[in-house]
Amino acid sequence: MFTTATTTSQKILQMFAAILLFAAVIGLILFIAGRFTGKRDRAIAALYLGPTVLMLSVGLLYPGLRTIYQSFLDASLKNFIGFDNYVTILSDPEQLTVLRNTAFWVLVTPFVATGVGLLYAILVDKARMESFAKALIFLPMSISFVAAGVIWKFMYEFRPDQGNIKQIGFVNQLIVWLGGEPQQLLIDSPLNTFLLIAVMVWIQAGFAMTVLSAAIKAIPDDIIEAARLDGVGPWGMFRFVTLPAIRPAVIVVITTIAIGTLKVFDIVQTMTGGRFDTSVIANEFYSQTFRSDNRGLGAALAVVLFILVIPIVVYNIRQLRRSEA
Amino acid sequence: MTTAAPLTTTPVATTETKKLSAAASAKAKLTSPWASLAAVVLAVLWTIPTFGLLITSFRTTEDIRRSGWWTTFTNPLFTLDNYKAVLDPEQAGANLPDSFLNSLVMTIPSVIIPLCLASLAAYAFAWMNFPGKNILFIAIFALQIVPLQVTLLPLLQLFVAWDIDGTFWTVWLSHSTFALPLAIYLLHNFIKEVPASLIEAARIDGAGHVSIFFRVLLPLLTPALAAFGIFQFLWVWNDLLVSLTFAGAPAISPLTVQLSNLTGTRGTAWYLLSAGAFVSIIVPVTVFLLLQRYFVRGLLAGSVKG
Amino acid sequence: MFVQRGSSRSRIALAGALSAGLVLGLSACADSKDDGGSGTVPASSLGAIDCTPYTAFGDLKGKEVSIYTGIVTPEDAPQKQSYKPFEDCTGVTIKYEGDKAFETQVLIRAEAGNPPDVAFVPQPGLLQRLVATGKAKEAPAETAALVDKNFGADWKAYGTVDGKFYAAPLGANVKSLVWYSPKEFTDNGYTVPTTLAELKTLSDKIAATGKKPWCAGISSGEATGWPMTDWMEDFYLRLNGVDAYDKWVKHETPFNSPESTKALDAVGEYLKNDKYVNGGLGDVKSIASTTFQDAGLQIIEGACSLHRQASFYAANFDKNTKVAEDGDVYAFYLPGETADKKPVLGGGEFVLAFADRPEVKAFQTFLATDTWANAKAKVSSGWVSANKGLQISNLVNPIDQLSAKILQDPNAQFRFDGSDMMPAAVGSNAFWKQATNWITGQDTKKTLDAIEAAWPK
Repeated sequence: MFTTATTTSQKILQMFAAILLFAAVIGLILFIAGRFTGKRDRAIAALYLGPTVLMLSVGLLYPGLRTIYQSFLDASLKNFIGFDNYVTILSDPEQLTVLRNTAFWVLVTPFVATGVGLLYAILVDKARMESFAKALIFLPMSISFVAAGVIWKFMYEFRPDQGNIKQIGFVNQLIVWLGGEPQQLLIDSPLNTFLLIAVMVWIQAGFAMTVLSAAIKAIPDDIIEAARLDGVGPWGMFRFVTLPAIRPAVIVVITTIAIGTLKVFDIVQTMTGGRFDTSVIANEFYSQTFRSDNRGLGAALAVVLFILVIPIVVYNIRQLRRSEA
Repeated sequence: MTTAAPLTTTPVATTETKKLSAAASAKAKLTSPWASLAAVVLAVLWTIPTFGLLITSFRTTEDIRRSGWWTTFTNPLFTLDNYKAVLDPEQAGANLPDSFLNSLVMTIPSVIIPLCLASLAAYAFAWMNFPGKNILFIAIFALQIVPLQVTLLPLLQLFVAWDIDGTFWTVWLSHSTFALPLAIYLLHNFIKEVPASLIEAARIDGAGHVSIFFRVLLPLLTPALAAFGIFQFLWVWNDLLVSLTFAGAPAISPLTVQLSNLTGTRGTAWYLLSAGAFVSIIVPVTVFLLLQRYFVRGLLAGSVKG
Repeated sequence: MFVQRGSSRSRIALAGALSAGLVLGLSACADSKDDGGSGTVPASSLGAIDCTPYTAFGDLKGKEVSIYTGIVTPEDAPQKQSYKPFEDCTGVTIKYEGDKAFETQVLIRAEAGNPPDVAFVPQPGLLQRLVATGKAKEAPAETAALVDKNFGADWKAYGTVDGKFYAAPLGANVKSLVWYSPKEFTDNGYTVPTTLAELKTLSDKIAATGKKPWCAGISSGEATGWPMTDWMEDFYLRLNGVDAYDKWVKHETPFNSPESTKALDAVGEYLKNDKYVNGGLGDVKSIASTTFQDAGLQIIEGACSLHRQASFYAANFDKNTKVAEDGDVYAFYLPGETADKKPVLGGGEFVLAFADRPEVKAFQTFLATDTWANAKAKVSSGWVSANKGLQISNLVNPIDQLSAKILQDPNAQFRFDGSDMMPAAVGSNAFWKQATNWITGQDTKKTLDAIEAAWPK
């Protein structure tokens, strides 16, 4: 059961065995929990949370703590070097470019994606073929980052303005149609970073649109009616009714996209390999750890990622508290 | 909170509502033709990249190299050769039906396990009282940011020690673990929505936590579970990193690993990359299109609450 | 990931070109299914298997050896095919796992205690890191004896770490090649240059006709920049000599020494020269955004005349392109400063074992024999070995024969690709990155200083 399955039937059997085993564990937990009568929250909570806490401690917490420890070690993880890796990140011009690019990513992506998603949600609301129109926008969500990178690299493809060579990348063809010279789009910094961000926006706008559109539809009709009777115009309706009502949804969307953006490295990897000043922290972490054999610095970069998420976490906690109050 | 609106607990109003919604009246400001035009422009912008590559995947190698896909409309010439090249086992050196099965076998438990665990945990966080509840919840939320790459080595060491390396168990366990923080965050938001009166009523009837969970919560939770299930399905199906480390061996490697070895080495061989990309996205896109209704309803739930 | 150099590139090149060949073949004549598109010749050409050379390995029935390598489709097919007689005669099963993310994954697996029995390691630098995990095994005495017999001392040295011999050489490639169109040369009366000065004269001559003589591309995903390092290494060897090169690779001379400046500036006379580049592809900067696979194809298009790239580039041309001295495209040896100096830059991969079971040892030993090298030669295209027992006549592709001749030339001074031997922080990171920056406009001094600064203390 715990060996490598090789034939089709073995694989399927093993899968069902795993599901059954898991179901048995859950069943046991529920059975024991069911024996506790009354309000013995503590014991039951321990049972409900036990497997989760165990898995997270082993699978995420321990590696995370280990990484923090390693960030104070040298390239080969043999000697303690204090904050040197962090000093490198904050002083080396290349690493500063990485920080700058990460800032671009995390400041631009969530807001543009959410903005576009919201605009589109409003535009197609109650329109004919609304669900088809929405499908077009959220389709990119189901595409892997690597495939998305392939798709967009093709969009940005460059052919020189020589002889009868024709453009094969759509963006450059547009530039040519508009009378411009074809550009090597992915080479010029910092424009190239924004062209990569466009890919992430392309993927995430569908997510934003889906959630926000649903939130808009959930606004109770009587509020809208009341506002209308008060003579509120369309813009006022958006500003004073829609926006406040969907604010929590907007926060969840921005949070989720921001965290996703900080972690993304496949797009950069696929499209520029981090060259031409396009690297971001997640990509630089990968390259320092696995390619450059500089594990200490790689670990420090990962820790910087944790640190960058803290404000997002804190903001969400405050929202949580306020909503509970 | 600025939210003046007393929100209903029903997550989503049905689309069929006849009355003008807030968005619709906001839209009315932009006179309708302009709004439609803007919508069409956005839709076209979002569709062109995929569409262009789709067309390209049916063009001949020569055509792809020499002209843009938009020229196909004046000079149509299509071929299935690119797909043949990607799917041909002799060419690919891999058995795609086999890796397709591997993908399925990997994905199904990796969706079910975290869903069950997360709903139990989310329930505990929402409706139980125990010391350190808030701290633990915040800690789990924050774990979302641990980059998966830092976990690979320690986990593999563990799997080797348990002697389950090179089996599906490695993938099931690691994907389930990685999914938990986001799953708990989203499901917790949903479960909190359930009116306390419902829970209280059940309690007064003498129901314990187990029966409350099954009788009261689970039915309400279905859309949220479906939504997260789809999310997790897409993530596991599209994942390359985890399977590369734990399940690289040909016998158990999934579609993504095989396709990456097949197309990833081809530089700018667009004829293969385009066809390969479409082979790899066909399943997630289909699943997504079929189940998107649930996705919308479930994800929303957590967010409506202010 | 392509941390690995040479061999992974050859694989990449092969992958594209051979499949291109197949697709073209299919569209050209839909009913001829057996055009052998995966770069192999049918197994039947191996002839009936004679088990005599294999008896020494004994009976290994029921045993298994696992291989982990970056050699993926379609180059893995001839690899697997070449083990067939060994498997049939000894009864052993070879389990082959090809993965293009091999370089990072093999380290993770080795460190986690989950290594394969045998790994094909394409870089001496990576080999050292793998040995440093403490999981690798020294090569058995029989393998070492065969390597002494079949390979030069330099090749044995690449597989040696801290005085202990670990890994026997497997395949090899020659990087000091310039691709050209024999037809264009005949039509215009150009001759193959035999000195660097002649190469310059030839370039000027072509440039005078209004054609950009050179085409180049260094884009290669996250390994972008590597072809530039080969250019610089080739010129370092030529302008400063092999001894200076050895010191440079070992960092006994700093990376930003005058020798480096000389070499990089010499490359600049070609690659940063608007009159010379980038035929059919754009301006100098377009070198950075053109993939190495695409660049040389401009020779076929007639848009450029010369392209410096390793022997494995042969596989990048499609099936309809004849690669031969009298064909559409061929290569000449990138000449030295004078006609009698013949430094050769090249690469290869090495067989590192993580287990010392008898069947693993037997397999290692088998791969070091000339029996295997010749069997592999017969089924491969775009593959050579530094094995002295390799019969050049067994090689199928003319470019492989040329490479083998260059490798076996007693006057040639072979040197392994320097960036493969430098520490990873330089050889697989700073060198690539800075070389790319250099192409997009950074000056020589800043480039060399930055690489020197990246050298681990």
